[in-house]
Amino acid sequence: MTKENGQYLIIRDKNIYEVVIGLEVHAQVLSKSKLFSSSPTKFGAEPNTQVSLVDAAFPGMLPVINEFCIKQAIKTGIGLKAKINKKSVFDRKNYFYADLPQGYQISQYKNPIVGEGTVILDMPYGQRKIGIERLHLEQDAGKSIHDMDPKNTLVDLNRSGIALMEIVSKPDLKSLEEVNAYIKKLRSIMRYLGTCDGNMQEGSLRADVNVSVKKKNSEKLGTRCEIKNVNSIKFMQLAIEYEANRQVDLIEEGQEIDQETRSFDAKKNKTRSMRSKEDAHDYRYFPDPDLLPLEVSDEFVEQLKSEIPELPDEKKKRFLEKFNLSPYEANILVSEIETSKYFEEVIKDADVKLATNWITGELFSLLNTKNLEISKSPISAKNLSKLINLIKDGTISGKIAKTVFDLMADGDQNPQKIIEEKDLKQQSDPKELEKLIEKVITDNPEKVKEYKSGKEKLFGFFVGQIMKSSGGKANPQLVNDILKKKL
Amino acid sequence: MKDIVSQNLSDLLNNIKEKKISSEEVTKAFIERSEKSKTLNCYVTDNFESALKDSKKFDNNPDFSLKLSGIPIAVKDLFCTQGVKTTAGSKILNNFIPTYESTVTQNLWNEGAILLGKLNCDEFAMGSSNETSFFGNVQSPIDKNLVPGGSSGGSASALAANLTPITIGTDTGGSIRQPASFTGTVGLKPTYGSCSRYGIVAFASSLDQAGPMAKNVKDCSLLYEVISSYDSKDSTSIEFKRNNYSELLSNNIKGKKIGIPKEYRVDEMPKEIEDLWIKGIDYIKDCGAEIIDISLPHTQYALPTYYIVAPAEASSNLARYDGVKYGFRSEGNNLIDMYEKTRSEGFGNEVKRRIMIGTYVLSSGYYDAYYLKAQKVRKLIKNDFDEAYKKVDAILTPSTPSSAFKIGEKTNDPVSMYLNDVFTVPVNLAGLPGISIPAGLDKKGYPLGLQIIGKAFDEQNILNIAYAMEERINFKNNIKEWWIK
Repeated sequence: MTKENGQYLIIRDKNIYEVVIGLEVHAQVLSKSKLFSSSPTKFGAEPNTQVSLVDAAFPGMLPVINEFCIKQAIKTGIGLKAKINKKSVFDRKNYFYADLPQGYQISQYKNPIVGEGTVILDMPYGQRKIGIERLHLEQDAGKSIHDMDPKNTLVDLNRSGIALMEIVSKPDLKSLEEVNAYIKKLRSIMRYLGTCDGNMQEGSLRADVNVSVKKKNSEKLGTRCEIKNVNSIKFMQLAIEYEANRQVDLIEEGQEIDQETRSFDAKKNKTRSMRSKEDAHDYRYFPDPDLLPLEVSDEFVEQLKSEIPELPDEKKKRFLEKFNLSPYEANILVSEIETSKYFEEVIKDADVKLATNWITGELFSLLNTKNLEISKSPISAKNLSKLINLIKDGTISGKIAKTVFDLMADGDQNPQKIIEEKDLKQQSDPKELEKLIEKVITDNPEKVKEYKSGKEKLFGFFVGQIMKSSGGKANPQLVNDILKKKL
Repeated sequence: MKDIVSQNLSDLLNNIKEKKISSEEVTKAFIERSEKSKTLNCYVTDNFESALKDSKKFDNNPDFSLKLSGIPIAVKDLFCTQGVKTTAGSKILNNFIPTYESTVTQNLWNEGAILLGKLNCDEFAMGSSNETSFFGNVQSPIDKNLVPGGSSGGSASALAANLTPITIGTDTGGSIRQPASFTGTVGLKPTYGSCSRYGIVAFASSLDQAGPMAKNVKDCSLLYEVISSYDSKDSTSIEFKRNNYSELLSNNIKGKKIGIPKEYRVDEMPKEIEDLWIKGIDYIKDCGAEIIDISLPHTQYALPTYYIVAPAEASSNLARYDGVKYGFRSEGNNLIDMYEKTRSEGFGNEVKRRIMIGTYVLSSGYYDAYYLKAQKVRKLIKNDFDEAYKKVDAILTPSTPSSAFKIGEKTNDPVSMYLNDVFTVPVNLAGLPGISIPAGLDKKGYPLGLQIIGKAFDEQNILNIAYAMEERINFKNNIKEWWIK
């Protein structure tokens, strides 16, 4: 694959193909209980310990909508700048599987709760607007475990009935980088909203990828294939790459592409057909007669709108306007809600420029080495803020600050205390400094001669000697000033 | 004092409250009667031992303020009862013991009633003659080899034969009213949303409704006020003002306007039914109510609509019986094989027929032509009633197009069986309340019923009309106890 203005291209002889990608992201709603029952949703519980009679589809059991999940979906819709549908309908998607106790999944088919919206991506080649087709609510299925018993498949219903939001994008994504950026942005927005924790390892965020290819500059979209079972961004990239090339190969050989569902084999880095259109499931969707159509009032939606926090795009805009940050810096600071919270805590009473540099520089590298999230940072925002103020008011130099920073990382210590205990305070008393400087000058008469005869580069030598004799604590600015006079 | 088992609910309650008889005596009497009546095949599961214990417990510490203090009652085996096997008349649930109680039965126990046992019914309530039950057909006490109607056939038969003083059934397309009509008893199908569906084995969710069956209108009213309640566990349950229906029961229906829909004069309706209807109209007039001719123009489409909507919902509702979690399982070589064997062996023919119809009408390519169209017609049927109720307070029709038929008479002709529901299904499609009361006997001595259909949530009104008519009809059931040796 090659790239042109962010568009991935596949070139075969004289033909140039563009890759067209759409995503169906399944995001687990952050909620204590399930979509239609009061069972808990905690990840990693013992198998079948979070299952109610409703989740296991016992005779006569009925679903009751969890209002909190509805609120979460609407909030997410607002975050995606999408149309909130006042009336939506829960349908039954009928199919048999061992981990689907009801024999149907309750989902929204024709009338989803959220309609069209937009997600903005900041790409190196400019801003990209990715269309959202819809967001609908549905229940998750249970989990079939095929490898724990030689003869039987075991079923864990803990996940059965957990609320998912399926967020369907338009086929607007042009490259793996855009897919990556899109998922990160969705995740970021939902984490800001507190509607999904975005944890891919725990399966809270999963995606199916729709891939098609079309001749360059052609308006007509090609036949798409849906790739399921891609659990990480890395696999997604491999799957898209393989699938796009497979489709181009077929076209080049003059063959048709079947619209089908394919699954990604992470061991072979290949996609393979799961079921073709001919034997595709007929899900026999129809409105669930156990649930009335869901109607939400304007006031309900307005109330939720008023609860929406500042989202990454708006926050970035504010940071750019108010703090004169570079777009790169602003992006880094807003992309994770925890980072932005940390940043805003630090700058409550500390210099913005220094805060930006210290967070994106020293702090990130520290977190990186320790493999920690910023929410688990060994240095609290409050203490980093103190450190920055100590630099700003000249109590310590930037260089000393790094030493102090390293010491702070050891149990979130107060920088003031470290400076006192280790006697690291900057020497800014001109009289004391003069003494130091004079000593260095008297100790190096030869160098002084050389300097005076025009070897001005030696100035640095003197500074170095002075700093060394002060144990690094001398105020460099004052040293410069005084030294110049003395020489 | 009358023989205990032939007393109606009001008499039994009075006698228990006045300590003329104990709950234990009453319970014993119905158990003995039930044991002598095994030929009727009313029970799937008896709960006699526990019932006796419960009745003693009641007598030791009686609470006479309850509405059903110490009354034993057998219920249709579609209601889940905690710790008591619940089969829905199917092999696929033959080993199923719920750990929970349906809201409707819980309401009974809360008012002091005692569970006698679980009554036979058509498999998953799919049938009009109680011949589709895995546990065999039920005989009507009216005559040997006569069907009691269905699907609440065990309930109707047990009630008419004095095996239980009152009972509850469910009605999806006539399953309370038709068997009530066939057995000379009173059966009410309440407004959709009046009785909770929580814990009732589902057949067709948008149509299913539990209701009371009793020997007279007053008992029926009392039982209805016990079982009807708003329930947050059922999203289709409706909050509305529920009366003390039995206390407010009145035979004064002067000035009420009663509609007679011309479309219910169906072809081939026996003269006896026609005559009965006319007699009913005369009774209404005698009570000082006004008769108004009305039209429900889409009536002829109700039956085909019902036989699309109900099987569609059923095909999905019954998907959970797959052998994986509970109930009957037939082992297979793999998952699909297990499904196929379990469901082939676990379901009877009528259930399979409806699952197939339902699956077909929901399939892509057929959905619009069948299911969607049926939903539109359903709306038109409801609109018909809404229009009619601008002019009248209630509607009077026959309950069924014929009296009870012989066992086996219609089993090979499902369409003729379905036609039995022609007068009852429009009521379910429109979500309205309907009551069947016994109104006479045909020339064979078999009971015939009349149906009064009301506005939504207007149960009090149709109960009052039924009460007033009951007085004039003065129906006497002709039961010769042929099954007791």
